[in-house]
Amino acid sequence: MSALSTGTYFTSYRREWALRRTRAEYLRLGLIVVGLAVLPYSIDFYWLSIVNMILIAVIGAVGLNILIGYTGQISLGQGGFLAVGAFSSALLYQRAELPAPISIACAVVITAAVGAFFGLPALRLKGLYLAIATLASQEIIVFVARRWEFLRDGSAPLTVDRLHIGGFEITRELFEWQWYWILLGCAALSVLAARNLLRSPVGRSFMAVRDQDIAASAIGVNVTRAKVTAFAVSSGFVGFAGALLAHYTETVTWESFTLQVSIVYVAMVIVGGLGSVAGAVYGAIFMSLVPVLLTEFLVPVAGAVDWVSESLPAIENAVFGLVIIGFLLFEPRGLDRLWQRSKDYFRFWPFRY
Amino acid sequence: MSVTSELSSGAEKEALVRTRAYRFELNSSRVAVGAPLLEVADVSLRFGGIRALSEVSFTVRQGDIHAVIGPNGAGKSSMLNCVSGLYRPQRGTIALHSVTEADEERTHDLVARKPHQIARLGVARSFQNIELFGHLTLLENLMLGRHSHMRQSVLAGMAWFGPARRQEIEHREFVEEVIDLLQLQAFRHAHVGSLAYGVQKRVELGRALCIEPALLLLDEPMAGMNAEEKEDMARFILDVSELRGVTTMLIEHDMGVVMDLSDRITVLDFGKVIGDGRPDEISANEDVVKAYLGEEL
Repeated sequence: MSALSTGTYFTSYRREWALRRTRAEYLRLGLIVVGLAVLPYSIDFYWLSIVNMILIAVIGAVGLNILIGYTGQISLGQGGFLAVGAFSSALLYQRAELPAPISIACAVVITAAVGAFFGLPALRLKGLYLAIATLASQEIIVFVARRWEFLRDGSAPLTVDRLHIGGFEITRELFEWQWYWILLGCAALSVLAARNLLRSPVGRSFMAVRDQDIAASAIGVNVTRAKVTAFAVSSGFVGFAGALLAHYTETVTWESFTLQVSIVYVAMVIVGGLGSVAGAVYGAIFMSLVPVLLTEFLVPVAGAVDWVSESLPAIENAVFGLVIIGFLLFEPRGLDRLWQRSKDYFRFWPFRY
Repeated sequence: MSVTSELSSGAEKEALVRTRAYRFELNSSRVAVGAPLLEVADVSLRFGGIRALSEVSFTVRQGDIHAVIGPNGAGKSSMLNCVSGLYRPQRGTIALHSVTEADEERTHDLVARKPHQIARLGVARSFQNIELFGHLTLLENLMLGRHSHMRQSVLAGMAWFGPARRQEIEHREFVEEVIDLLQLQAFRHAHVGSLAYGVQKRVELGRALCIEPALLLLDEPMAGMNAEEKEDMARFILDVSELRGVTTMLIEHDMGVVMDLSDRITVLDFGKVIGDGRPDEISANEDVVKAYLGEEL
């Protein structure tokens, strides 16, 4: 938490607990809202498609941060849970012909249940051992997705019809633009829901388990229940992201949910800042933009220099790794902490602290 | 007739307490003062070949400050851990008595229960090496003390407006009373990991009080404090016990504090009870003097 400026007082608990408390915070929120409203009119569809992928990543990263950052349970099963959400919603929409909102809601519930199940090892395992157990869940889910023919259209990957809700249907010309508004709404709701949950008793019990599980049990927190709930809630968010991904990309195949995806998500959470909802958002934006900007920057170079064009993916991976190492070294608490610190710097200026 | 004796008559004393800022009861036990609250009988605890406790029996009465003393390794903390469910003794019973709103007497066997279930019965505790939630603020730590009294709903929490917020405010009022009682106002929004050691000890007491304890277990609440901090802590413990009626079980090494504060003392040595009685009886008990207090040469 950054410092609060002097002279800010509250006369009710209600005000004190609000998410935005000062005029400056409302101003910043207003600027963000205006920015997001103007964004789709000021960039082309290529960039808008990247923004849309970022919005999906935001939901997934917020979910993962609830588990890793707030409950302290490491998970490498993110890709698997995304797959569960994507396949459930796609199948319910495509084969059971449920309306999209219902299929997505069902996908959230199904993924939460699957997440709670694969979270059961967390009752016994901690740290690295839990990482291995969740890695197993990742591999199991992807293995099933790869082998089970029910999850394919013959030999082709599962395709999902263009999204239509009631009379409304996404059109081809405005595809990215319409999706932007849908995904923006979903991401905003997810962020708000996560923030709210984390200032309520359930969220506090997650943090208690993270900081001191023995003390947590001694003051009446059911640690078993808190851990399983954390896995369920986190997977629910991830399932939501997976379901939206299925409808947005309109094809679902196991190749988009590999271990690589899990690791990128863990990187988002670490780079953004463990234990911060805003951090998860920053991390999702940052980690999604790095490869895009890198390509943007390297493609002109690659035209001139041969070895760059040959090893473009390798360079991307190397830069990716360097960014993560850099954050772990210089700001382990991530982009969120960086932002808090810069705010404090201006608030205290010209003093150091 | 002096003012104090007038005030000590029950109803008026209560009125005095009520006219202060305190609206909530801290003590959740309805057992009559002086009646047995916690009965430990024949408790034995082994870790492999080590006998941490052998056939320990004693009774804590409602309203008392009951000290457990003894040399290092005597089994004091193990005893407390058995009561709060962190250890499970191989033999013996630990019974907590309670009286329901309908004046029915109940007895709960603590040995079979999990720590969070025991906390729900109103057994609150602090730890010898502070075990606070270091990344959370003081306020959040105390709100976690209210955890067992709060409804846990994921969906209501996500919606926030309505029931979740109402509940937060309701319990915040209780927490604020504990903050007032322990004079923690200045640190409300500080992360507890960054607070001074003495303050952290106080926060731990506060977190335990937020449970509305029927029985408060304090494991060395004054360890590592200077004389002034010890006096403050002693005053808080007395306030909690005398004004708010909370039964307290206390482990402490400072004999001055123990003799002054406690109504009853149980002495452990090598996992066995070697003395049990009022402070004056204990300081005259030869076994205790030999094992722990030290003889005059």
